Amino acid sequence: MRKGVMRPGHVQLRVLDIDAAVHHYTDLMGLIEMDRDDQGRVYLKAWTEVDKFSVVLNPGDEPGMDFMGFKVADDATLTQLGKDLQAWGCAVEEIPAGELKGCGRRLRFQVPSGHFFELYAEKEYTGKWGVSDVNPEAWPRNLTGMKAVRFDHCLMYGDELAATYDLFVNVLGFHLAEQVLDDNGDRIAQFLTVSMKAHDVAFIMHPEKGKFHHASFFLDTWEQVLRAADLISMTDTSIDIGPTRHGLTHGQTIYFFDPSGNRNEVFCGGDYHYPDHKPVTWMAKDLGKAIFYHDRVLNERFLSVLT
Amino acid sequence: MTDNYEIVELVKGQHFSCQRDQSLLKAMEQAGKRCIPVGCRGGGCGLCKVQIRSGEFDCGPMSKKHVDEESRRCGQVLACRVYPLSNLTFEYRPADALASAKQQVQ
Repeated sequence: MRKGVMRPGHVQLRVLDIDAAVHHYTDLMGLIEMDRDDQGRVYLKAWTEVDKFSVVLNPGDEPGMDFMGFKVADDATLTQLGKDLQAWGCAVEEIPAGELKGCGRRLRFQVPSGHFFELYAEKEYTGKWGVSDVNPEAWPRNLTGMKAVRFDHCLMYGDELAATYDLFVNVLGFHLAEQVLDDNGDRIAQFLTVSMKAHDVAFIMHPEKGKFHHASFFLDTWEQVLRAADLISMTDTSIDIGPTRHGLTHGQTIYFFDPSGNRNEVFCGGDYHYPDHKPVTWMAKDLGKAIFYHDRVLNERFLSVLT
Repeated sequence: MTDNYEIVELVKGQHFSCQRDQSLLKAMEQAGKRCIPVGCRGGGCGLCKVQIRSGEFDCGPMSKKHVDEESRRCGQVLACRVYPLSNLTFEYRPADALASAKQQVQ
């Protein structure tokens, strides 16, 4: 049952070289730089997003994800979810409004898989970038690179997936859209949604807590995914795999790395999920096809290369 | 001054050449060799950690989780961030073997 969590709002990623990272996320991926702060963080968004930022690049000496934030319906919902998280047994830290520029107060908590998440209700509304609110054109003409449409989801690797599932589903109101089960019926992958999308956040079982697999951005068409692949070659960007299709979600995809080794995905298509849908199940013995539908074989890198 | 350095991986005995300003890992990939596993190529994942045995090199930024100051001093670095400045020899061993080698050095 929905609990007032609306959608993914932002992800903060640590990067080793901020200039190289900004170049990658803007020139190559087509995000737009929106602001910087006195901690050296750079705020970016994709052009269709209405709020001020969705990606925050944070200079550091170890890449990976600091946190992923979800936007909730309103401040009363935020307060209630904070209480519900604490009642469930999660420590909740309140980050004051303005700590991220243009963002209201955030409630930060660590889930059993080891990852940090945040909820917030308010962020500066800047509108879609490059088009007007009234009689908007189809798209802005001065986008660069892959012209990413929106920040879409993240995939995390960690353990304690069952407890993580309990928190996301029963406290935060996510639905299980897709899953991978092993021979014992244990869930080794869970794709969770608060929308019609096949995933707003996903988790894959991994012995080390708190690992980051990728941040994903939506493109409109398969041709745009192929064009992204061309740009990855033109810029000699580190590629992981693709263009291909996933079995899970059936999205069409390509994976590559930012200059600090954080994995990115751009994808299009994918299945939809309504709350009355039963979860789609893949079996672990078919994991190759579940992840790479065409090759039907896993590459070791996809499972082991994490930040 | 030559523009190509001769690189030797000592465990498998593989040779390849590396251009100036090219990373050790990229040179290996271009030569079609497979003596180092290829991960993110960005100094982040730690998969391509090698032990440099001889030669001069520069390093780009690497995750502190995988290469701390001590590792760097010992020449245990990520091949994707090693830029040779001379002919160079190195060893690749899986991560747990490297950790015990580091203990022996200490």
